[in-house]
Amino acid sequence: MVETAVREPTRVRSNSVVVLGALISLCVVALMSIVVGSNQLPLDAVWHALFHYDGSYTDAVVRDARLPRTILGICVGLALGLAGALLQGATRNPVADPGLLGVNYGAAVAIVFAGVLFGVQAPTALIWFSFCGALGGTVLVYLLGGSASPVRLILAGVAVQATFVGLNQAMQVIDTNSLDKMRYWLVGSLANRDVPALAPLLPFLIIGVVLAITAARGLNAIALGDDTARGLGATPGATRLRALLAVGLLCGTATAAAGPIAFVGLMIPHLVRMLVGQDHRWVLPLSALLGPVLVLGCDVLGRVLGSPGELQVGIMTEILGGLVFLFLVRRLWGVRR
Amino acid sequence: MKLRAGAVALGVRNRAVLVVLGMLVAWLVLAVFAIGTGDFQLSPGGVLRTLAGDGSRAEYLIVVEQRLPRLLVATMVGAALGISGAVFQSLTRNPLGSPDIIGFTAGSATGGIVVILVFGGGQLPTALGSVISGALTAVAIYLLCGKDGLGGYRMVLLGVGLGVVLTGLNSYLLTRVMVEDAAQAVTWLVGNLAGRGWESVGPLAVVLVLLTPVFLVHSPGLRLLESGEQVAAGLGVAVTRVRLVLVLSSVALVAVAVAAAGPIAFVALAAPQLARRMTASPGPNLFPAAVTGALLVVLADFLGQRLLSSSLLPVGVVTGALGGIYLAWLLLMERAKNKV
Repeated sequence: MVETAVREPTRVRSNSVVVLGALISLCVVALMSIVVGSNQLPLDAVWHALFHYDGSYTDAVVRDARLPRTILGICVGLALGLAGALLQGATRNPVADPGLLGVNYGAAVAIVFAGVLFGVQAPTALIWFSFCGALGGTVLVYLLGGSASPVRLILAGVAVQATFVGLNQAMQVIDTNSLDKMRYWLVGSLANRDVPALAPLLPFLIIGVVLAITAARGLNAIALGDDTARGLGATPGATRLRALLAVGLLCGTATAAAGPIAFVGLMIPHLVRMLVGQDHRWVLPLSALLGPVLVLGCDVLGRVLGSPGELQVGIMTEILGGLVFLFLVRRLWGVRR
Repeated sequence: MKLRAGAVALGVRNRAVLVVLGMLVAWLVLAVFAIGTGDFQLSPGGVLRTLAGDGSRAEYLIVVEQRLPRLLVATMVGAALGISGAVFQSLTRNPLGSPDIIGFTAGSATGGIVVILVFGGGQLPTALGSVISGALTAVAIYLLCGKDGLGGYRMVLLGVGLGVVLTGLNSYLLTRVMVEDAAQAVTWLVGNLAGRGWESVGPLAVVLVLLTPVFLVHSPGLRLLESGEQVAAGLGVAVTRVRLVLVLSSVALVAVAVAAAGPIAFVALAAPQLARRMTASPGPNLFPAAVTGALLVVLADFLGQRLLSSSLLPVGVVTGALGGIYLAWLLLMERAKNKV
């Protein structure tokens, strides 16, 4: 008891340093996301556009293209990082990731069906289809996989995903038109999104974030095991439900806004736990801060590597995250056996 | 006591034999129907007559040049997928440890797509590409598994991870080309038997004939492996070698099947499970799995051509839809069992 009382302030202090570092790196990456591109901008031009907007060409580039893209990247990264931390906490599964759980293809199937069956083409309407699809995919996977064992949840995700992919391909084979649209949508990207049209999604993002933050204490209890948690007066079932609802909302908004971006939710919480330990009151906010750093960083990297075109951010996270996933499985399962 | 055990074993074996015989008969009936139906209708008698060599020239062309090779490809692809699925499920001791789930199919698909998109396709190059990349995927998984060896949940999870990366790569490749090329690639990617002629039959038949003895020889070892590595090793099975040989041969089977017809979803997953349930006998059930796989693919192809009058559905779409439902059921059943 005495020991924790002594330790607590230093922990808070060191964690505050980490949060400060995360904030600074977020600012740096956001600035890079505005500066770097096929049209490199000097810093003073960016400053001018942000604070002394006068409608010149570079000002228009910053305000109409780079800035919305950066804001989109921040929102998507925040949602995905937070969703990953929630999912890993709620299922006590170190390799849980929204991208592995049928979320992406749930959204994809909803979009394809919207186009082919209902003739919906307007981006504003498609957002809602992809949102519902992502939410539906999450619920379906959870219903099938339960939370009994980590492997089951992943496999349930794979199973649902495989089914969705099949449905999707069926539609694409029948209708070449939908293929032409889908093949671009299926690779998550921050480019060419109509950001103002995405504003109606914002309330869902906010609700998701609030639900997530309020679940932190409950997740700490779940980490001790369900029985212990119940003994301490927590309600694991209710916490889990709240966390998964938040995951559905967060992933739904992110996927509707930027298409499928996998593995951000897998990598970020691991990094965060290395930095600040297991306390979800720290893990959740920091995941929300570092998620955008990763998404924007991958986006910028994709622009640099792919120039004069660009590599979509979904590809970058998939390659990077896939390697991290393989590493984690090797390490964690090596120890357990 | 001994007598009774013998009687039970005999009963089980009889049941397995009966099930296999029943499926073979079903396959024959289905085959005759599949060959007989289409834009050019033939009665079952007419089909048999033509196959015996007594048909008209037109009938001969339709039956022997077009529909028979497609049927044979469907059969052999199904058998190959069924066997490899049974081997993998047996090795991983997990009904979900089939090549579809653990990334080999995605890996083979990547090679096929690359060939279609970069070199313009063609059946033989596509086949080669998918065989090579399937083998590379297997090597990658083997290396990733490292000293702990193949088998178990770790291999399944590593395969899942690799599969996700490869699927992402596949989607990316599709964004880099003209829509016509993408359409061609997707038609192949979904699993398709349309237009398969005698030239696809040859390689499949050769590989199946070459590998069947390998599986026959190693099947007892595989069966012992199911009761655990230590037990198998104690009973004199060379665990590492048997595993390696079986994995490599099954990957070869998957690769030729994918090369011939594209990655047809779920057959490798469902066929061994169905076979095991129908025969109700323990062990990998390689032969029943092969027959079930063949029956499934032929049936799915037949349904795909008849289900919608407006368009022909590729076989992979049918197996995908059926397999998804089956998989959900499998997961729910497992869950119920865990709870008991």
